[in-house]
Amino acid sequence: MEEGDVPLELSSVPTSGSTGGGEYALTNLDRMVGFVRERLINWSRKNSLWPMPFATACCGIELMAVGASRYDIARFGAEAMRFTPRQCDLLLCAGRVAIKMMPVLQRIYLQMPEPKWVISMGACASTGGVFDTYAVVQGIDQFLPVDVYLPGCPPRPETLLEGLMAIQRIVEKDGVVPSKERGGGKGLQLVAQVREQLIEGRSDISIGEQEASK
Amino acid sequence: MNYLDVTSVLAALSEEFGDVDFRPAPLLAAQDRSKEQTCIKVPAERLPEVMSFLKADSRCRFDQVADLTCVDYLEFPDAADRYGVTYTLVSTELGHRLWVKCFANDPAPEIPSVTPIWKGADWQEREVWDLFGVKFKGHYDLRRIMTWEGFESHPLRKDYPLRGKGERTSFTRIERDSV
Repeated sequence: MEEGDVPLELSSVPTSGSTGGGEYALTNLDRMVGFVRERLINWSRKNSLWPMPFATACCGIELMAVGASRYDIARFGAEAMRFTPRQCDLLLCAGRVAIKMMPVLQRIYLQMPEPKWVISMGACASTGGVFDTYAVVQGIDQFLPVDVYLPGCPPRPETLLEGLMAIQRIVEKDGVVPSKERGGGKGLQLVAQVREQLIEGRSDISIGEQEASK
Repeated sequence: MNYLDVTSVLAALSEEFGDVDFRPAPLLAAQDRSKEQTCIKVPAERLPEVMSFLKADSRCRFDQVADLTCVDYLEFPDAADRYGVTYTLVSTELGHRLWVKCFANDPAPEIPSVTPIWKGADWQEREVWDLFGVKFKGHYDLRRIMTWEGFESHPLRKDYPLRGKGERTSFTRIERDSV
């Protein structure tokens, strides 16, 4: 068992707590209820994530591949894709988001019931990718809280499954009421360097011997 | 019959509009003259009557606008005008094609609309207005079609910066506790 993992025992639940009024003892029943809340609810949540597929580009094709039989997202209990945000708890943003589309995406996010998680799939959704133009949002995390970023253009289906498992780990450790700070969710706010600066600052690549002779 | 052969159309035009210099020229010079696409230039103030004639005359019968687009000639060598609105006309009856150019200039470029003649030019004129800022006088519903209402610029103009003027960062940020 890795360090930091909570052992699957009742003893892991605290034996006492405190409110504003003072300390109180926890009975076995309280501990049992706490155990059920912490472990059972999260266990069932993480194994029945309902994705909302917001597929706007080629990442959506990989997303479909993950839903098909070869990669079979049903092995992770996330095969119930719903096209209404009211029934979903995992927003899967796959593809570039145009500025005209961003209000739609934000509205979909707000329509999803809590608790909810967000995967930003692929280079375009995470950073704008090659589309560094006036019409494309340079990373949805500037305007939405993102839990997991998937690299790739588009990501392999295995990457998406890994991202899904990352969401499952977040769900498992997060508590019944998800913390607001989880997953970072910070905007990248990167300013792309112009090409000339990159070339100027480029360091020479040295190969073993050349380095040694100096 | 060669669908690019429009000599009868040019003859009809010079007969009807003797005072207008259409300056027919190939869009792109080719070794084989029979493969050249003929383009005529029409001054903006004469555009509606010339287009009506091209549609109605029995030697022309251009019943379709296959394409309506625009070119920004900013900093283009030897360019006299800035915006060149280009019409691709097709006659499904006689089987020939003709390209028509009409120029407009800053500030407030404006040319007459051909929507009253061909209904199909509706959305394409809206697109040119949206992306180039060329107004079409007489269009019944000249709204933006690609960008949204409230967008200030015309992004396909050559002097519009590639990364925009801050439009892509002008959203409210949603936090986890937003409702």
